[in-house]
Amino acid sequence: MNDFQQPDQNRHDRDQELHRGLMAIWSNLPGWGSLSAVNHTTVGVRFMVTGAVFFLIGGVLAMLMRSQLALPDNTLIDAALYNQLFTMHGTVMMFLFAIPVLEGLGIYMVPKMTGTRDLLFPRIGAFGYYCYLFGGIIIMYSLFAGIAPDAGWFMYTPLSDAEFSPGRGSDFWLLGITFVEISAVSAGVELTVSILRGRAPGMTLTRMPIFCWSILAMSLMIVFGFPPLILASILLELERAASMPFFNVAAGGDPLLWQHLFWLFGHPEVYIIYLPAAGVVSTLIPVFARRPLVGYGWVVFSIVLMAFISFAIWAHHMFTVGIPVAAQAFFSIASMLVAIPTGIQVFSWLATLWSGRVVFALPMLWIFGFLVIFVCGGLTGVMLALVPFNWQVHDTHFVVAHMHYVLVGGMFFPMMAGLYYWLPLFSGRMPSENLGRWGFWLTFGGFNMTFLLMHLTGLLGMPRRVYTYESGLGWDWLNLLSSVGGFVMAAGIAVIIIDIAMHFRFGRKAPQNPWQADTLEWALEAPPPPYNFISIPSVSSRHPLWDNRNLAQEIAAGEHAMADFEHGRREVPYTSGLDARPQSIVHLPGNSWIPLQAATVMAVLCICLLTRWYLLAAVTAVISGVMLLRWSCFNGAHPQSAPVNDKRADDLQLHSRTLDGPGIRGMKVTIMADATLYLCLLFGWIYFWISPDRPLPDQMPLDVSVMVACSLFVLLANLSYLTAVRRAKAGMGTGLEYRLWLTCAFGLLHCISLAWILVFSPLQFTTLTHDALIMFAILYLMFHSVLALFLTLIQIQRYRAGYVSELLPYEFLVLAPWWIYTTVIAWSVLIIFAGLPMLWPIG
Amino acid sequence: MIIPLLVTACSGPLSILDPAGTAAAETAPLWWGMFGFFTLVLFAVVLAFVYAVRRTPRSHTEPGPDTSESDTPQLQRQHQVWIVGGGIVLPVATIVTLLVFGIPAGNRMAGVGIDPDQALHIEVTGYQWWWEVRYPNLSLTLRDEVHIPAGVPVRLHLTSADVIHSFWVPRIGQKLDMIPGHVNELLLQADAPGIYPGVCAEFCGLAHAHMKFSLHVHSPEDFAAWQTAQQPGAAE
Ligand code: HEM
Ligand SMILES: [Cu+2]
Ligand SMILES: [Cu+2]
Repeated sequence: MNDFQQPDQNRHDRDQELHRGLMAIWSNLPGWGSLSAVNHTTVGVRFMVTGAVFFLIGGVLAMLMRSQLALPDNTLIDAALYNQLFTMHGTVMMFLFAIPVLEGLGIYMVPKMTGTRDLLFPRIGAFGYYCYLFGGIIIMYSLFAGIAPDAGWFMYTPLSDAEFSPGRGSDFWLLGITFVEISAVSAGVELTVSILRGRAPGMTLTRMPIFCWSILAMSLMIVFGFPPLILASILLELERAASMPFFNVAAGGDPLLWQHLFWLFGHPEVYIIYLPAAGVVSTLIPVFARRPLVGYGWVVFSIVLMAFISFAIWAHHMFTVGIPVAAQAFFSIASMLVAIPTGIQVFSWLATLWSGRVVFALPMLWIFGFLVIFVCGGLTGVMLALVPFNWQVHDTHFVVAHMHYVLVGGMFFPMMAGLYYWLPLFSGRMPSENLGRWGFWLTFGGFNMTFLLMHLTGLLGMPRRVYTYESGLGWDWLNLLSSVGGFVMAAGIAVIIIDIAMHFRFGRKAPQNPWQADTLEWALEAPPPPYNFISIPSVSSRHPLWDNRNLAQEIAAGEHAMADFEHGRREVPYTSGLDARPQSIVHLPGNSWIPLQAATVMAVLCICLLTRWYLLAAVTAVISGVMLLRWSCFNGAHPQSAPVNDKRADDLQLHSRTLDGPGIRGMKVTIMADATLYLCLLFGWIYFWISPDRPLPDQMPLDVSVMVACSLFVLLANLSYLTAVRRAKAGMGTGLEYRLWLTCAFGLLHCISLAWILVFSPLQFTTLTHDALIMFAILYLMFHSVLALFLTLIQIQRYRAGYVSELLPYEFLVLAPWWIYTTVIAWSVLIIFAGLPMLWPIG
Repeated sequence: MIIPLLVTACSGPLSILDPAGTAAAETAPLWWGMFGFFTLVLFAVVLAFVYAVRRTPRSHTEPGPDTSESDTPQLQRQHQVWIVGGGIVLPVATIVTLLVFGIPAGNRMAGVGIDPDQALHIEVTGYQWWWEVRYPNLSLTLRDEVHIPAGVPVRLHLTSADVIHSFWVPRIGQKLDMIPGHVNELLLQADAPGIYPGVCAEFCGLAHAHMKFSLHVHSPEDFAAWQTAQQPGAAE
C-alpha cells in the first residue's frame, strides 16, 4: 500500500479523490478475501508466478535426467522412474509452464497496453487460473505418489491404453491435462474478445501494439488448436475407463488417429508458445532502438500467416509412420514455408536495429540470446522438414536438441527479456545490471553447452527417451558435457532468481517510463493500481507515449474519458472491432467467489474420475453444472442496478441495455472452439470409413425415423426461440414467455427422443469403433441439447424477475447462437453419422 | 588436422554420418550441405545483429525518439530490401535448393523405381521388447537378428504385435515405424558385409533402451551358404 502513497503527495485533490474512488471499486478484498479477486493484474501475476514454480519443478526433473545420462550404464535412476521423469518434464514444461505463463502475460499486459481497465470476462480469467492450479497440483501429485504418467508427453496409443499402461498414470495425464486445458481455452476466449472489442477508443487494429496482435493470434490458435487434444483425451479416457475402443485395432480403431489428433493440436501448440514471445521481441526492439518497428504491416502479416500455416503441417511429426509419399511432400514443403514468416520477422527486427540507435540494456542481452538460439533452432527445423533427413534423425537426440533450441530460445529467452523489461513497471524498481549479466551468460553458455553438442549425439544415433546407453558408441563425452552444461544453466537460473529477489529490496527506484517506451502500459504508475487508468485515453497513433509526452500526467489527472466512480461500478469501454469506436460501457462483475467454488467442485469431479468413484462423480458433475449455470445469474443486468435508459454524459449505455456485448461475442468464440472439437470428431469418423478392413456392425444400429423426429424437434425449438428473440428485439412483449415455454417443450421432446435412441439402439459400443463413435456423437449432441434446455429455463426465470424483457433483450441474444449450433449438430449427426453408413451399405 | 578429427568424431557403430548403405549414403551429404550453408546463415544473422547494435550506440540517458520525422524514402527502400530479401528471397531460394537435392534423394531412399518383387522379402514384427524376424520363403524365424546379402535391395515388412516400435539401422538407412494394424514396407541395401547394430527408435515402454537387434550383412556367396545352412534339412 505504501507504494501508492508516495506519488499521491503531488496530486491535486481531484486526482486523489478519483484514485480513492476507483480503488474502492477495483481493489481486491483484503487477506484471504483476495482469493475472490478477478482483476486481470492479480490473475495475470498469479498465472505467471505459478508457471514459474512449475518451470523450476520441470527444471529439477530435467536435472535428474541429465544426471542419469551423464555416464554410460549409469544406475542412478531406473527405467521406470526415468520414463516418468521425461513424460512429466515435457508435460510440465509445455502445459504447466509455457502456455500458462504466456497467457498470464497476455492477461496482465493486454488491458494495460490497450488502454483499458480490465479484460471483458474477469471471472472467467479467475476460473481459468484455479482450473490450472488445481489441475497442475493433481498432475504433480501423481509424481510424488510415484504413479506418474510414463508414456511420453504425446501419449501415443497403444502404449498409453489400458492394456499397456494399466496403472493410473495415463488417467492422471488425460484428466489433469484436460482440466488444465479448460483454463487455456477460457483464457483464449477471454483474450480474443477483449482484444477485439475492449480496446481504448481510437486504437484501431492498425494502431494496436504488435504484442497484442501476437496475443490475439495466440488466443485464436488456442481456440482452434486445443479442441483436437481435448477430444482425443476424452476419447482415450473413455477407451481406458469405459472400454469404448476408439484407437484399438481389433475393434476397427487406429493408433494413428491419436497421432493425427495429437499433432493437430501439438504443432499449433509450438507456435502458440512462440508467437507471444516473438511479440515481446517486436515490442522491445523498437523501444531500445528508439524508433518505430520497421515493417509493422509485414510483421502483422507474418504473424497471421504463421498462425494459418501452423495448422497445415501437423504431419511433419509423423514422417516415419508410413503416410503416403504425396502427403509427406505436402507437409514437408508446408513446413519449410514457415521459414518465410519467420524470416520476415527476423529481418524486420534487424532492419529496425540497423536504422535506429540502440541502447544496449539488460533486456537487449536476452534478445541477443534469443536471436542466436532461436535462429539456430529455426534452421535445424528446416532441416527436419526435409523428409529424407527427418527419416534418419527423427526420435533421436537431434530432435531433442532442436526442440529445446526453439522452445528455450523461442520462449524462455524472450520471456526473460520481457521480465527484465517490465520489472520496473511491476515493482517500481530497476533491475540490476551486473548480476543480471552473470545470470544471462551462465544460462546462455550452459544452454549451448547442453544442447549444441546434443545435435551431434543425435547424429551419432542416440535415440531419445532412453534411460541409459552403453559405452563405446561415441556418445560418452557428449553426454557428460551436456550434463555439465545443464548444471551450468541451472546455476544461471539460480543467479537470476537471486537477482530478481534482491532487486525488490535493493533496486534503484524506477523513474516513470524508464526505457522511454511508446506503449500505454508505461503511462501507469508503478506498481499499477488495480484500475490501471484513472481516465481512459483516446488513441491516435501507434506510439501514444512518444507522440504525447504528457499523456501519463493527463491520464492521472482525469483529463480523459470515464474518469468517474460515483456509480460504483467496474466499467470499461466496449468498442467496435476494426476502428475502436466506443459502442457502450461494459459493467464488469467485481470480486467473486464463484470462480474458486466452481473450480473446486470441478477438481473434485476430476479426482472422482481418477479414483473411478463414478457415483460421486455423477453427483459432483450435477453440482458443478448447477454452479456454472448459477454463475450466469450474477451480473448487473437488472434495471434496478442502473436505469434502463440511463443517459450518460458520453451518450453511451451499459452493454446489457444494448443489442451487443461481450457475452454474445464470447458465446460465438466458444462455439468456434466447440465446433472445432466436433469437426475433429467428424475427422475421426471419416478416417474410420476410409481405413481398410474395418469391422462393421451387421445392421445400421440407429433408427432413422426417430433420428429424423429428433432433429425436427430441435429445429422447432430453435425456430420458436428465434421468434421470441426477434419479437423481443422489436420491442414486442406479448407472447414472449409463451414462446420460451414452447421452445422448452420442443427441446424436451428432442431430449426425450435422443434418450430413446441412446437406450434402445443396439449399439455395440464396447466392441466396435463404429458404434463407439456414433455413441460419442449422440452423447455430444445430448450435452448441447440439455444445456440449451436449461439455459432457456433460466431465461424464463430471468424474464419473470425482470432481468430480460423486450426492453432488455440482451441476454436472449447471448443464448441464440447456442440453439442454432445445437440444431446444426443435430442435423449433421443425422446426415453424417446416420446417413453416411446408409450410402455405404453395411455388410 | 581438423578433418581427421571430424571424421573420427563422426564415426560410430550407430552414426548416420558414417554410412554403410545406399539410403544412409543419401542423407549424410544432405546433412553436410545443410550444415555448411545454415552455419553461414546463422553467422550472417548474428553478425548483422551485433553490428547493428554496436554501430551507433546510444546511452541510457539520451532522450527518446522524435517520431515527427518519418523515414526518408531512401530508408524505406532499404527496409523493403531487408524484409523482402531476408524474409522472402532467402527462404524461398533455400527451400528450392533443399527440395532440388532432397526430393530425388527421398525417392531413391524410398526405393522408387526398384522392383520390389526382385528383392529378398523379410517380415519383422516388434514385440515388447524384441524383434521377430521371419523369412517367409525360407520358413525361418529368428529373434533379434536379421541376415541379408550385401549389394542388393531387401524388402522388409514391418508391423507390431503390441505397441508402436520403430525399426532403425542408422548406418544402413532410414527408420520406419512398426504400428499395430499397419504393415510398412522398408527397402534397404547394405554396401558391404559386416554386423550393423539396430535399435528401436520409438519409445515403447520399460525396456525401450534395450530393444536392440543386429543386422548381419553377408557377401552374396556367404548369404547363399547361410540360407542353405538354415534349411530344415541342413545339418546343425
Ligand atoms: C532447463 C533446461 C532443460 C533441460 C536440461 C532439459 C532436458 C531435457 C531432457 C534430458 C529431455 C529428455 C530427452 C529424451 O530422453 O527424449 C527433455 C525432453 C523434453 N523437454 Fe526439456 N529440458 C530443459 C528445458 C525445457 C524447456 C524450457 C522446455 C519447454 C518449454 C522443455 C521441453 C521438453 C519437451 C517437450 C521434452 C520431450 C519430453 C518427451 O519426450 O516426452 N525442456 N528435456
Ligand atoms: Cu510441429
Ligand atoms: Cu522402443
